[in-house]
Amino acid sequence: MAAYLLSRLASLAVTLVVASLVIFIVIEVVPGDPAAFMLGLNAAPDTVAALRAQLGLDAPAPARYVAWVTGLLSGDFGISYTYRVPVADLIGDRLWVSLPLTLYALALSCLIAFPVGILAAARRGGPADAAVMGATQIGIAVPNFWFAMLLVLAFAVGLRWFSAGGFPGWEDGFWPAVKALTLPAIALALPQASILARVMRSSLIDTLHEDFMRTARAKGLTRWQALRRHALRNALIPVLTIIGLQFSFLLAGAIIIENVFFLPGLGRLAFQGIVQRDLIVVKSVVMLLVFAVITVTFLVDLAYAAADPRLRRRSGR
Amino acid sequence: MTAGTALRSPNFIVGAALSALFLAAALVSLLWTPFDIARLDIANKLQAPSARHWFGTDHFGRDVLSMIMVGARNSIAIALIAVGIGMAVGIPLGLLAAARRGLIDEAVMRINDLVFAFPALLMAIMITAVFGPGAVNAIVAIGIFNIPVFARLTRGAALTLWTRDYILAARVAGKGPVLISVEHILPNILNLLIVQGTIQFSLGVLAEAGLSYVGLGAQPPLTSWGRMLNEAQTMFSFAPHLALFPGFAIVLTVLGLNLMGDGLRDLLDPRLARSRVA
Repeated sequence: MAAYLLSRLASLAVTLVVASLVIFIVIEVVPGDPAAFMLGLNAAPDTVAALRAQLGLDAPAPARYVAWVTGLLSGDFGISYTYRVPVADLIGDRLWVSLPLTLYALALSCLIAFPVGILAAARRGGPADAAVMGATQIGIAVPNFWFAMLLVLAFAVGLRWFSAGGFPGWEDGFWPAVKALTLPAIALALPQASILARVMRSSLIDTLHEDFMRTARAKGLTRWQALRRHALRNALIPVLTIIGLQFSFLLAGAIIIENVFFLPGLGRLAFQGIVQRDLIVVKSVVMLLVFAVITVTFLVDLAYAAADPRLRRRSGR
Repeated sequence: MTAGTALRSPNFIVGAALSALFLAAALVSLLWTPFDIARLDIANKLQAPSARHWFGTDHFGRDVLSMIMVGARNSIAIALIAVGIGMAVGIPLGLLAAARRGLIDEAVMRINDLVFAFPALLMAIMITAVFGPGAVNAIVAIGIFNIPVFARLTRGAALTLWTRDYILAARVAGKGPVLISVEHILPNILNLLIVQGTIQFSLGVLAEAGLSYVGLGAQPPLTSWGRMLNEAQTMFSFAPHLALFPGFAIVLTVLGLNLMGDGLRDLLDPRLARSRVA
């Protein structure tokens, strides 16, 4: 297990380094000088040059890369060009929107997908199964931002149960904040729940064919008892993988939904950073999201290896 | 596959019919649309659906049905070319990795892992922002994320084929790895690639819609379904038809392609029928 852990940690480190290089190079290609952008059209050339020097933009690229990465490692993400505050503070603030939204959506997704997937598997081939398969097929085809528009139309414009967008912040109390995140979370959760329900169903159907299920039935358990006590636990492994993937997808993929609802989250921060050429913000937010994706994948792999010793010997994935 | 076997899969029939409908709309729009979408008719702006304008009109008085037909062209073309990029680069990479193994294989797979680690949508937004918004850059941004999908699938399927006896026979006959990959491996994994192609195609339609919706995909005067939703954003509370119909077009196209992919898989390879889930 120790050797496996070390080799996985090494590949994790290599992936992170390469990812940071890719992000840095892509950002370096961006046309436009942030210093000139910040000072506006009428700025004197020597003022722009002074600001470039102050921001460290006049250093050669390798030096700037090293400065950026050492900064990241010590928690110093630099100063935002447009907001003029430390990027780390910006990210910290936005994380308090993005992370709860992600967890909220993930919880909704599981809450819908588990019973629906289990029902479809238990009644395989029946009308309930057909209904679930049809509904989830549609759920996968619906773009989440369009579904978000429909939700706004129905529940904000029509019924006036929710506001159409914005976020009051957690200072004004827990429930107003949760309420503001509800429509976005539903919009994010629906397509994810459709995928998860299908995974749950097919994984459960696979375990229902196992010999131990026949044994369980033979010793006198009813269908539902056998399903609950024996099949479900075994079927959960592929489901957990998908949940891990969905966590990172939701964290980064909320970018469009955050724009629909004007939520001050990480995705919106990155998007505005791109539009405003606030490259230092973009670089760090994207790096953070990639770090989250890679780390979650790593943890899921690790959980497998802990649960199933056979997986530790496999080098590739 | 004959017409008779195709009828065995209701998924395939429904999916193919839906896909054909939108493909036909796209093709017809090249020659004819109910109204000219370049001509503005402010007097008739924001009309609800009627006998004259089936899907209503937008804020410039343009016919929404005509715009959806023209949008079909761009949405489908962008997604299709993006899948083409993924296949054109990914399949040779996968074949190479399977044929050569060793270091090349390792390098290809690690690069794949790397691309998978990037949040696709965020990177696509970054790429279109860096190189400028527009249809071409949207194609490239979506295409890049199709490459590892096809590379991985090709490699995995090719690896199992390389252990088969008939490949050994081909090697004994003196054929090199390139010839074997093209003549023996590729034809045998084509079914798998076509099925994945339809799935990636549907994901491409969704990705294009997302990019255009945030203003980074197709630019005016080019129309796409995502762009229509972007323009509807500020008006859909009093003119919901502007958001509804392009959305339905996206949902039905993606649904059609997914159903067709599922049906094709069942028809082409019954053994795989149970393994794919989403």
